[in-house]
Amino acid sequence: MTKRTAPKRTALVNARLLDPASRLDAPGGILIEDGRIAAVGPGVTAGSAPDGAAVIDCEGACAAPGLVDMRVQLGEPGGEHKETIDSGSLAAAAGGVTAVVALPNTAPVIDDVNVVEFIARRAREVRRVKVFAYGALTRGLKGEQLTEIGMLKDAGALAFTDGLRAVSNARVMRRALSYAQAFDALIVQHPEEPEMARGGVATEGEIATRLGLPGISAVAEAMMIERDLRLVELTGGRYHAAHVTTAQGLALIRRAKREGWRVTCDTAPHYFALNETAVGEYRTFGKVSPPLRAEADRRAVVEALADGTIDAIASDHDPQDQESKRLPFADAEPGIVGLESLLPLSLELYHNGHMALLDVLEKLTSAPADLLGLPLGRLAPGRAGDVVVFDPEIPARIEVGAFRSKSKNSPFDRRPVQGRVLRTVVDGRTVFEAG
Amino acid sequence: MADVAPYSYPHRHLLGIEGLAPGEISALLDLSESYVEQSRRDDKKVAVLKGRTVINVFFETSTRTRTSFELAGKRLGADVINISPDISAIKKGETLLDTALTLNAMRPDLLVVRHPQSGAVHLLSEKVDGAVINAGDGWHEHPTQALLDALTIRRRLGGLTGLTVAICGDIMHSRVARSNIHLFNVMGIRVRVVAPPTLLPPEMDRFGVEVFHDMRAGLDGVDIVMMLRLQTERMQGSFVPSVREYFHFFGLDARKLAAARPDALVMHPGPMNRGVEIDSDVADDIHRSLIQEQVEMGVAVRMACLDLLTRKLQSNRAEAA
Repeated sequence: MTKRTAPKRTALVNARLLDPASRLDAPGGILIEDGRIAAVGPGVTAGSAPDGAAVIDCEGACAAPGLVDMRVQLGEPGGEHKETIDSGSLAAAAGGVTAVVALPNTAPVIDDVNVVEFIARRAREVRRVKVFAYGALTRGLKGEQLTEIGMLKDAGALAFTDGLRAVSNARVMRRALSYAQAFDALIVQHPEEPEMARGGVATEGEIATRLGLPGISAVAEAMMIERDLRLVELTGGRYHAAHVTTAQGLALIRRAKREGWRVTCDTAPHYFALNETAVGEYRTFGKVSPPLRAEADRRAVVEALADGTIDAIASDHDPQDQESKRLPFADAEPGIVGLESLLPLSLELYHNGHMALLDVLEKLTSAPADLLGLPLGRLAPGRAGDVVVFDPEIPARIEVGAFRSKSKNSPFDRRPVQGRVLRTVVDGRTVFEAG
Repeated sequence: MADVAPYSYPHRHLLGIEGLAPGEISALLDLSESYVEQSRRDDKKVAVLKGRTVINVFFETSTRTRTSFELAGKRLGADVINISPDISAIKKGETLLDTALTLNAMRPDLLVVRHPQSGAVHLLSEKVDGAVINAGDGWHEHPTQALLDALTIRRRLGGLTGLTVAICGDIMHSRVARSNIHLFNVMGIRVRVVAPPTLLPPEMDRFGVEVFHDMRAGLDGVDIVMMLRLQTERMQGSFVPSVREYFHFFGLDARKLAAARPDALVMHPGPMNRGVEIDSDVADDIHRSLIQEQVEMGVAVRMACLDLLTRKLQSNRAEAA
C-alpha cells in the first residue's frame, strides 16, 4: 500500500476574481491543490481554507488567470547574449505572464523535433513559467519546403509560423494551409509583402520622408493578408495573422470573420500605445517590424480590439542588446522587449474607456489560449493553478532599468501607467512577488 | 570680418537646416560673405582657428565636399585631419559609436562627418564633446550644401525672399533636396519639385512645395532651376526605365529651360552626369550656370560654419568656467 502524501494546497483569498471566459467579476478566493484549481469563488476564504494550506491574502487586489503571451522571443538557443529561457521566464513572471509561446527563429531554427524537445527540457529545468514553442512552417524559415508539421505538433509545437518572416510564396502558403488541416494545426503569418517592404525601416509617410528613411507602405500588410485570405477561402485552413497594425489589414480580417472563415489575429501593445512619431530623432527603440504606424492606424487597432476583430494581445517580446540598437536607424535591429510592460500597457485600453477590464483580460488569457489549443487562461476547477494578482488602478511608471529581461530595449521607459503586477502564481507556486 | 555674435547661432552642432530660424541662417550667410572676399585674396589664411583640430570623418567617399571642408579649415589656420572609409577602422568592424569615442579621445574641436545612413551624424554627435557638422547623412540632410546654394543665389540676385526655385530630379534619395526645401521654405522662397513619381518621396505635398511631373510646367516662370544628380544604379529600370527616357523627359536642356524666366539661373550640387540630368550646353553656359560659383561659395560657407561653431564652443567653455 502506498502512503498518500497530503496534497500541496495554496489559497489565494480576499481577491476580486476576474475570469474573462466565465465573465466572473466578484469577490472571493482561489484554492489550488497540487497545481490545479480546486475551487473558485466567494466560498474560498482564509477561514475555510483546509489545514496546511498556504493562505495568501490578496487584500482586495484583482486575481485573474495568468497571462498567456502567444508571441515572444527568448533568445535560446542561439541568442543567449540577448535573453535566455531563464531570464525570459523571470521577465514573464514579473509581468504576470504564466505561459509564453516562443517563435521558431532561433539558431538552430525550431524546424526539428529535437529543438522543440530542447526548449521543453530547458523550461522544465528553469521551472518558472510555462514555455511553449511554435514550429517553423518551412525548413530553415526559407519559405520553400514544409517542415514535418505532424511530428512537430506531436512533439509539442503549438502552431506553425516562419516567425519574423512572411511566407511569400503563394504556392507554399496554399500547401501549408491545406496540409496543416490533417493535424488541425494553426498557421501564423507575419503579414507583410516582402518585396513591398524590402529595404524599408519605417512606415512610409511624412515622418520617414522627413528623416530620410526608406519607408514601408501600410499597403504591404493588407496585400499579404488579402492574398492569404483568398488561400484560406480556397483551402479552408486555419489562419492567424500576427501583429496586425493597419486599418486596411484589419478591415480585411473583419470581413473574413463575418464570412465565417477560420481567421484570427493579434496585435502588440506598441501598435496601440505608440504611433510612428516614436521614431522621430531616430530613436531605434521605436524600430519594430512591422513598423509603428500612422495615428489613424493606431486608432484602428484600438477600435479592432474593442469590436473583437483582434482576438489577442501578445507582447511581441523581442530582446535586443545595446550593440544591436546603438546604431544608425537603418542598421539597428527591430524589436521591443515587452513581457514586463504587457499588462500595464494593455490596461490603458481599460483606463482610456475603450474596453471593459474583463475584455482586456480576455485578449491576454483565454483568447490566446483557446486559439492555440492550450487548456489555460481560465479560473475554473480542474484548470491549471496559474494566477496573476494585480492592482489595475495604482499609478506607476514603467522602469526599464528594473526589468528582469537581459535586454532593455523599450521605448516605454518612464511612461506613466496605471496598474501593477503584485504576484504571479504558476501551478500554485508563487514565481513572482512584488517587492 | 563680419561681427557675428555667438548667440546669433545658439546650437552646438550643425546637423541640419530643419529647425534653424531665419536669423540663424542669415547670420551664417553674412559671415560667409566675408570669407568669400578673404578666399579671393593672395593670402587666404587667417588664424581664427589657430590651435584648433578639425577632423573630417567621411564614411562615404567624397572628393568635392571633403576638399572644400579641408580647405576651409586650413584657411582658418586649423589642423585638419581626414579619415576616410578605406583607411578607417570601420572596415575592421568597429561600430560608429566606438569610432566616435576613439576620435573624441583625441580631443578634436570640430568633427565634420559624412555617413551613408540617415541619422548617423545625429547619433555620433551625442557621444562627442566638440562641435559636429553634418557633411551629409543618407537621404536626410546636407546643410552646408543648402547654405552654399543660398549664398550663391543671394549674391547673384541680391536676396532670397520672393524667388521661385524648381528642384528637379531624384528628390527621393536626395539630402540636398531636403536641406534646400527646409532652407527655402524658411527664407521665403517658393519651392517647386519636378520629378517622375518614382523619384518623389511620399507626402511631398506636406513640405510646403508644389509638385510637378512635367519639366516645362514645373519650370514655367521660375527664377532658378536646381538639378539633382541621378545615381547610376537608379537609372537602369529600377526607378526610371532608361537614361534615354530620363534625359528626354527630365534632363535639363535649352528647350526645357526656355519655359523658365529668360534670365533664370541653373544650379547643380555636383558631380554632374552630363547627358543624364543636364545637357552640357546648359551646364557650361557662363551666363546662366552658377555651378562653378556654387563650388567657390562652398569653401566660404564652410569657413563660416567652422568659425561660428568654434565661437560657440568658446562661449560654452567661458560659461562653464
